[in-house]
Amino acid sequence: MKILVAVKRVIDYNVQIRVKEDGSGVHTDNVKMSTNPPDDNATEESVKLKESGKVKEIVAVTIGDDKAQETVRKALAVGADRGIHVKSDTYIEPLGIAKILKKVVEKEKPDMIFLGKQAIDDDCNQTGQMLAAMLNWPQATFSSKVTLKDKSMEIVREIDEGLETVEVNLPAVVTCDLRLNEPRYASLPNIMKAKKKPIDQMVAKDLGVDITNRVQQLKVEEPPKRKAGIKVANVAELVSKLKNEAKVI
Amino acid sequence: MSVLLIAEHNNKNLKPFTLNAISAASKIDAEIHVLVAGSGCESVAKEVAEVPLVKKVLHCDSPNYQNYLPENLAPLVTKNADKYDHIVASANTFGKNFMPRVAAALDTSQVSDVIKVNSPDTFVRPIYAGNAFATVKSNDKKRCVTIRPTSFEPAPKTGGSAQIDKIDAVDVPNFSKFVKREETNSERPELGTARIVVSGGRGLESGENFKLITDIADKLNAAVGASRAAVDAGYISNDHQVGQTGKVVVPDLYIAVGISGAIQHLAGMKESKIIVAINKDGEAPIFSIADYGLEADLFKALPEFLSELNKLNTIQK
Repeated sequence: MKILVAVKRVIDYNVQIRVKEDGSGVHTDNVKMSTNPPDDNATEESVKLKESGKVKEIVAVTIGDDKAQETVRKALAVGADRGIHVKSDTYIEPLGIAKILKKVVEKEKPDMIFLGKQAIDDDCNQTGQMLAAMLNWPQATFSSKVTLKDKSMEIVREIDEGLETVEVNLPAVVTCDLRLNEPRYASLPNIMKAKKKPIDQMVAKDLGVDITNRVQQLKVEEPPKRKAGIKVANVAELVSKLKNEAKVI
Repeated sequence: MSVLLIAEHNNKNLKPFTLNAISAASKIDAEIHVLVAGSGCESVAKEVAEVPLVKKVLHCDSPNYQNYLPENLAPLVTKNADKYDHIVASANTFGKNFMPRVAAALDTSQVSDVIKVNSPDTFVRPIYAGNAFATVKSNDKKRCVTIRPTSFEPAPKTGGSAQIDKIDAVDVPNFSKFVKREETNSERPELGTARIVVSGGRGLESGENFKLITDIADKLNAAVGASRAAVDAGYISNDHQVGQTGKVVVPDLYIAVGISGAIQHLAGMKESKIIVAINKDGEAPIFSIADYGLEADLFKALPEFLSELNKLNTIQK
């Protein structure tokens, strides 16, 4: 079986982002970038399935500018076999991303597609579900446990009420929660080996799909700041403040 | 112009966040129709018909919709989308799961997690874990929108009498199957809607120690929350997680205990009206957003907190 895993380059999760003064977005110059965290879980799960012997090949794909290739290299360094970089220098909405991925799927014909459940930059939480709909495939979102069977997967999903288990026939789309697994670090020899693994190049606008953005970003601003609070000396003071000042208990 | 809103329910009762979604939808357009799709869910259709803001209920009853599988639900929504300009649902695990399938089928770019409706085509939504707010304008003819329930007041529940139209089920693809759902049943208020939330983090050190949190929660009639670190460590189940990829809560009082305050956690609670932080590390980032900070060892502070609460004559419920 074959897995396609999609990875996105985002501002590193540890970075405190800064909004641009002109309201056009957030500062990205000289800001640390890395792979979207749940995409690492998607790669890790793919590699584990390959190690179990049920999966023969993992193809890692990313869409973005030249530097986005780093995310594919990272996936190759932890066990993906080859990469695809769909080049685009401009932001593409999840709808357009899903259309591009559909093109890649039609070419690669994977049995499973793994993605992170949400990108931590735009926080949209759409791409996997959209891709599944476009392919007319089943989906398992927010997955925290994946069991691969002969022609299906049994998946435990994290939902607001607790946990839900579904069974989806293959081919299927899986979006991964952070609790699905513990992504491994690439070893130095594997990082070196990954440099020799092939990355196919494509250009987003040459794929024959409409990737025009439909949602216009009018402005980006900082959220209202909270007023600075106070430190209380002890528990009695805390309770007194909550009762008499804040009046919340 | 009209809105088709997808109700969330358990086939018996309407889930409360649907009321928040209805109130958000009313800021988009007054003509709100609500789809209640489920199995044996007539009581839910009736409950929705009583919501005064709702003008019409579309009731679709079929075993296919019993467990809201997105592969089954999305085609039903898409088929009925013709007459509407907006398709709306809550941005929780229910809405997040099926809405993008609808948007893809309609070739529409979804606007996720809306916290403010400026006009029928312009919305405010948080990005970067709520560290920036983006104002966006949708240029699609048909708009799929999920709304963050805690950013809108729930709509009044009773007094209305909307017409209920029965609609037909559509063919389902039969490539996915519901197996089971393990819901955490609790006597405590729901995390998403509770007036007070008491949350524990890695500082609790074990699942057993979470009793210190639950004792206080019970005293205050509060819901119990947790940081991702505490859930990852297995101290408490995932449905308690507050944060960027967990739940977003906006209680009157949020008490963070043994939580350092990673930006991913703050994303889920920093809109709370009053924030209390109890942490032994005085430099912990949580103190920067707390109204009241107590630098203390939680294993001493929490039992003291409980005994101080016990001394109070009255506690608001």
